[in-house]
Amino acid sequence: MAKPIVAFLCGILFAGGLVVSQMTLPTRVTGFLDFFGRWDPTLMFVMGGAIAVYLPVWTFMRGRRPVFAAVALPRKVAHDLDARLFIGAGIFGIGWGMAGICPGPGVVLLGRGSVDFALFVAAMLAGMLLHKAVPRKQIAAAMG
Amino acid sequence: MDWQTWAMAGLGGGTIGVAAATLLALTGKTAGISGVLDGLVRVERGQLDWKIPFVLGLVAGGVAMVFLLPENLAETGLRSWPLMIVAGLLVGFGTRLGGGCTSGHGVCGIGRLSVRSVVGTVTFIAFGAATVLAARLIEGA
Repeated sequence: MAKPIVAFLCGILFAGGLVVSQMTLPTRVTGFLDFFGRWDPTLMFVMGGAIAVYLPVWTFMRGRRPVFAAVALPRKVAHDLDARLFIGAGIFGIGWGMAGICPGPGVVLLGRGSVDFALFVAAMLAGMLLHKAVPRKQIAAAMG
Repeated sequence: MDWQTWAMAGLGGGTIGVAAATLLALTGKTAGISGVLDGLVRVERGQLDWKIPFVLGLVAGGVAMVFLLPENLAETGLRSWPLMIVAGLLVGFGTRLGGGCTSGHGVCGIGRLSVRSVVGTVTFIAFGAATVLAARLIEGA
């Protein structure tokens, strides 16, 4: 029973952090991406603050077994680069730049009860289903 | 200089870090939101026991923050409904093809010094910036 409770509380905390740092204001995100206009560095501080906490904890935990897990965390980290990464991140970046919303803030903004964000999240889940529907082989072939 | 906004950004970012690090340290799971949502739409059996409550926590946190800090949550989207849908489709498909979003690659991946995540993050920021620039040119603002 511990795992779901921990996950629920971490979800609440994660949402709180996104709202306190104003990542639930799409203009903050598009402002960060606006390198050729009035650049807004807020997002950089958010990411920096999160990494500053996560990195030491990961460094300590790698190879160790979390209390509520059956196996130890892998020591290995992914360093490989491929077409999927570049094309996928590129497609995500275009959508992110259009709406100023990434998956986390999108879900948190559902709390607002606005149709705009509900449509975005529904389409995002549909996009994920679409990715699932296209067989991996076909994606690999399309990318040469 | 808007130092107060940036201080709150660092504080909020640190809170996100605590949430992701706690999930990792206690359950061994990665708080990449696109990966979590993907697990729900795929009905990934072995993972639902933490992915469902995590997403419920995100929504519950959002509802709570509407009461605590309403000015920090946008009331409307930046774009028209059709464009919000197109953006959502691109974000959903792209994050799954690229294997992560701002939290998965940007925080948890860079937080492991993963070269793949650093390159992924630089890539989506570059394409996001190009999109914002394109929108500015199209709108003539």
